[in-house]
Amino acid sequence: MTQPNRDDHGAKKGVRRTVVRTVAALAGMFAFAFALVPLYDVFCEVTGINGKTNSSAQAVIHEEVDESRMITVQFITRGSSGLPWELDVESRQVRVHPGQTNEVNFTFHNRSDNSSWGRAVPSVSPSNASLHLRKVTCFCFEEQHLQPGERIEAPLVFQLTRDLPPEIKTVTLVYTLYPVAHKNEPLQAQVTIGKGDEA
Amino acid sequence: MAFHFPKPTPEQSTTTADAGLADSHHHERPRGLMRWVLTTSHKEIGSLYLIFSLTMFFIGGIFALVVRAELFQPGLQLVEPEFFNQMTTMHGLIMVFGAVMPAFVGLANWMVPLQIGAPDMALPRLNNFSFWLLPVAFTLLLSTLFMPGGAPNFGWTFYAPLSTTYAPPSTTFFILSLHLAGISSILGAINIIATILNLRAPGMRMMDMPLFVWTWLITAFLLIAVMPVLAGVITMMLMDINFGTSFFSAAGGGDPVLFQHLFWFFGHPEVYILILPAFGIVSAIIPTFARKRLFGYASMVYATASIAILSFLVWAHHMFVVGLPLVAELFFMYATMLIAVPTGVKVFNWITTLFRGSITFEPPMLFALAFVVLFTIGGFSGLMLAIAPADFQYHDTYFVVAHFHYVLVPGAVFAIMAAVYYWLPKWTGHYPHERLSQVHFWLSVIGVNLTFFPMHFSGLAGMPRRIPDYALQFADFNMVSSLGALLYGASQLVFVLVIVMCVRGGKKAPAKAWEGAEDLEWSVPSPAPLHTFETPPNFERPVH
Repeated sequence: MTQPNRDDHGAKKGVRRTVVRTVAALAGMFAFAFALVPLYDVFCEVTGINGKTNSSAQAVIHEEVDESRMITVQFITRGSSGLPWELDVESRQVRVHPGQTNEVNFTFHNRSDNSSWGRAVPSVSPSNASLHLRKVTCFCFEEQHLQPGERIEAPLVFQLTRDLPPEIKTVTLVYTLYPVAHKNEPLQAQVTIGKGDEA
Repeated sequence: MAFHFPKPTPEQSTTTADAGLADSHHHERPRGLMRWVLTTSHKEIGSLYLIFSLTMFFIGGIFALVVRAELFQPGLQLVEPEFFNQMTTMHGLIMVFGAVMPAFVGLANWMVPLQIGAPDMALPRLNNFSFWLLPVAFTLLLSTLFMPGGAPNFGWTFYAPLSTTYAPPSTTFFILSLHLAGISSILGAINIIATILNLRAPGMRMMDMPLFVWTWLITAFLLIAVMPVLAGVITMMLMDINFGTSFFSAAGGGDPVLFQHLFWFFGHPEVYILILPAFGIVSAIIPTFARKRLFGYASMVYATASIAILSFLVWAHHMFVVGLPLVAELFFMYATMLIAVPTGVKVFNWITTLFRGSITFEPPMLFALAFVVLFTIGGFSGLMLAIAPADFQYHDTYFVVAHFHYVLVPGAVFAIMAAVYYWLPKWTGHYPHERLSQVHFWLSVIGVNLTFFPMHFSGLAGMPRRIPDYALQFADFNMVSSLGALLYGASQLVFVLVIVMCVRGGKKAPAKAWEGAEDLEWSVPSPAPLHTFETPPNFERPVH
């Protein structure tokens, strides 16, 4: 298209070709914007950026416990508006060796008079520790269903692998409670508050 | 050009609808209002864009003055904080999407066909449609001010969840109006690309095109690439608000940070969309009034293209404090600093063009020279903001406000004004009143600097942006800024006066209105007749 063309027929053809190509590019970019949503999640999971942990159970790696290092693992639990639950942990902080398997118990408590579904969503800080955190058992893999006033205990079994970067001395796990509308649609947000009792 | 056709009666025009279509080739044109509604002339549509943009410039300017009036003194005195937030948001949206972008599209409409020797834009009816989407879009946007819950109040960047979970009910209208404005820009971009690639005068190669055409071609490609992403983001917002999805809501497995990534993937190229055509304008004006050929034409083209490509790799420098990993902070910091290289090439080329030129200081040249100096100041504060560790201090302070207003007001807006003064003789056949233009220039330069220079200091001292109140130690800087804003705003009335006087009369301009102007548009009479280059001109390459 470097040769300018001003005979009417040629110009018309050229214009049509340009329009078709630009419209194709537009459609492609619009699709790309939506493709970025899953790509972003995949990217975060692969690189461990953003503190996203694996959402399914992993096997314990049997490796020698690194007795030379002690890592502080802290737990923070948060409720959220729309779910009248409490999440508690038996100890706010544990000291562990890399390679060692640890168990910590969490307590879910439904403070309301309705039964409801909820889920605890994890986040790890610093984010580059998330690739070295292996969860064998976690309540965060699934949704919980609590009757009015019910209290359940759920364990977290985890392991920090030996290749945890040496500059990391403290790992913080944050669990935030979110309401879940329907059991079968785990990622569906509950838009209106107080609908959780229908399940 | 006078038309002596009898005015058709309504009966005639309905019964002869088919004949009317054929008649359009015989210059039978609707008159009065319908002439403007139905026009397909690139010159009339260009004028419509420019008039629309000027209107929006004043509306957005009034919103800015409300903000500056509230900030004149510490404490809350004039407006409610909620209304203040609506004013900052609407000011940004109107100025970016309603004033600066349509002004450049208007200039492209007028000048691109004239500069490449084309009879009109490639798709004249589409051109009409893309303009008339704009008044609809912005009427809708402005109408949100009168809705229950008020207008959008989350800043022009509309970060989720402020713009989703916590947004006023009018947000859905805001999304619709932004969709319309976006479609308008996209259609305009398609038209400009199709015109430039297919309708150049015989003999004009790509590397013979004036730089305003080049920069607009690259800008149009940026628009094609990023406006669909903006459309995607606001569609996701729409679904989050109305259809229960959770793209940006952590409660449903989404991520608010994703919004920022998507927004700035659009937003950073967008800021170059706002400045690249300005580079083209200045590259036309400086050689004209220095009476020298532009220094480094090819390097200007390559620099513009490099800036456009790099603009896709730097978006996260708007998000340094969001919790990026160190490696990302470093990547985006260095990539951002890299943009200073092609931009520096441009600034040095302009300066070298001026070197040993025989310079005169007509109004367009005054604005172009002010552009070079003041835009460079904005570029330097941009470099400071690019330093990731320092940005933790500057982020969301008035330093950022100072930076982007320096590149947008004495940058983009001054370039638009320079273009208007430069091409007014071609549009109207009259020179703009020189003395009044100078008054407009000097009041604007003083007003702009009074307004935005003190913001550097209040920002470095820690004054946060988008807050209607501030600590006492910022009182003096803010008072100066507010007085400067009033001066700058009022001096734009002189601009309107100059334009109105120039349309109505004044010193007659010849075809080649400026002594040093060489491009094709100066070969047609002033004012440019409705139809130009019906037979393609013979383009002759200037002898080097």
